[in-house]
Amino acid sequence: MSTILVGIKRVIDYSVRVRVKPDGSGVVTDGVKMSINPFDEIALEEALRIKERGIVNEVIAVGIGPADAQQQLRSALAMGADRAVLVQVDGGAVAPLTAARVFLKLAQKHQPLLVILGKQAIDDDNGQTGQMLAALWDRPQATFASKLELDGNRARVTREVDTGLESIEIDLPAVVTTDLRLNEPRYIKLPDIMKAKKKPLDTTTLAELGVEAAAQSPRAVKFTPPPVRSRGIMVKTVDELVGALKQRGVI
Amino acid sequence: MTQILIVAEHGNGRLNPSTAKCVSCAQSFGEGTIDIALLAADVAPLAAEAAALMGVRRVLTLERPENAEPLAAVYAPQVAALAEGYTHLLGPSTTFGKDLMPRVAALLGVGQISDVMTVESANRFVRPVYAGNALMTVEAPAGQIAVATVRMASFQPAAGGGSASIEAATVEASLPSHTRFLSRTQAKSDRPDLQTAKRVVSGGRALASAENFKLLYGLADALGAAVGASRAAVDAGYVPNEMQVGQTGKIIAPELYVALGISGAIQHLTGIKDARTIVAVNKDSEAPIFEVADIGMVGDLFQVVPELERLLRAEHR
Repeated sequence: MSTILVGIKRVIDYSVRVRVKPDGSGVVTDGVKMSINPFDEIALEEALRIKERGIVNEVIAVGIGPADAQQQLRSALAMGADRAVLVQVDGGAVAPLTAARVFLKLAQKHQPLLVILGKQAIDDDNGQTGQMLAALWDRPQATFASKLELDGNRARVTREVDTGLESIEIDLPAVVTTDLRLNEPRYIKLPDIMKAKKKPLDTTTLAELGVEAAAQSPRAVKFTPPPVRSRGIMVKTVDELVGALKQRGVI
Repeated sequence: MTQILIVAEHGNGRLNPSTAKCVSCAQSFGEGTIDIALLAADVAPLAAEAAALMGVRRVLTLERPENAEPLAAVYAPQVAALAEGYTHLLGPSTTFGKDLMPRVAALLGVGQISDVMTVESANRFVRPVYAGNALMTVEAPAGQIAVATVRMASFQPAAGGGSASIEAATVEASLPSHTRFLSRTQAKSDRPDLQTAKRVVSGGRALASAENFKLLYGLADALGAAVGASRAAVDAGYVPNEMQVGQTGKIIAPELYVALGISGAIQHLTGIKDARTIVAVNKDSEAPIFEVADIGMVGDLFQVVPELERLLRAEHR
């Protein structure tokens, strides 16, 4: 029996229309709804289903970020994670290479069967941490997973790739990153929220883990709003539509 | 002076157009050299294609049976070894490059810049974050190789007509056997490829069934267009995943994008904002897609689509 590690990132909720701060130093987060990165919820759901099938006996939710990220870890505990670890990092975005180093340390400590991460976080849209962890850990990676079948010390993974679906077989332990259609995460019920308050949530730091923040990572210089597309014309009939297409020279 | 190495993407014995787009991105650095790394089981036909890309100096081939399928765990150590001495390593921001490049970056001990839209200087780049709702200017640290993926919608493919040299390379890299390719679905479509098509017709949840979705194919064929879909249509099972356009699907930049029954969630709009002309048909006049559409029409797509197809076919006659 063993463990699955799951990454839980605190991000601006997917439904929020993100705005750049006037001084270009970042995006507006004051008073903005924060949530678990949707791909991480899928990762946690998959881990819980594997535990419910009796293949592992523990699911650990790992957050890396500010103290407030405890909220998202509490939600992960309410969803069903057994315990949570927050690696507290203040002062802005955590580079994927740093996150990968954190997960490497935790993987070495807990010897998990799987580390399941989201394929990307919807804030920085980097999509790097899982692959970087797999490289540092020297283990297989199955990115963009839409189906995960475990069979002893192996897994068969269906991946969503540009041409369609690809199937690979990997030895365990391994890193899996989730795509949207891997599963549908469960809803949290009220009693689960109460129970989650009693579950362990430990806080640690990069220094305590012996992880150095990756200075080799690109540095954000400034943020700017994207060019805005303006509203065009409205037509009433299909004839007008064809006329408008002709006028623009597209047909 | 920059020395850029590009990892070539290929499938079914052909070079993927993503490689030519990476070359075009590399050309935007200005001064410097551009090489292509080509990993395959049979490099000959691919190497000739890569060598013809304008501006490329050398095509470095790594031909071995293990390279038949693009497994990141197998490719990464070879690419990392080959990257030694280069100032930049570029790959496409396709599922191939997204899978491979971060693994290579970590082996090289450096971070990665994802989805480069603009090259401002050799170490300064612009990339989208928050589903394209903000653009971030990033600087790669000096004194180390810069690893980046190239956003496909931001670059035109480099022209052909070049004549790079082709050289068989050798690298010291032990390849893992812990990852094994099993199978891949093959797209049966003879329509244009969604990622590179000049015209795209796309459907959303309003199509309401896989059967109804077929309505779009007639229109697509009348336009010579590829067919795409919103996440909602893919999640509902109307069409397969490779047709998804948006933040987590394909980011495209066609000359014409026709959105049918797509409401226009932020996550979808980020996939189409570089399209030259966006046409939207939706029965909801408040749908957010109309805020970005160049030509909008409020209407029932089950009436509009067949009529549009008929008129377009009449035009061609």
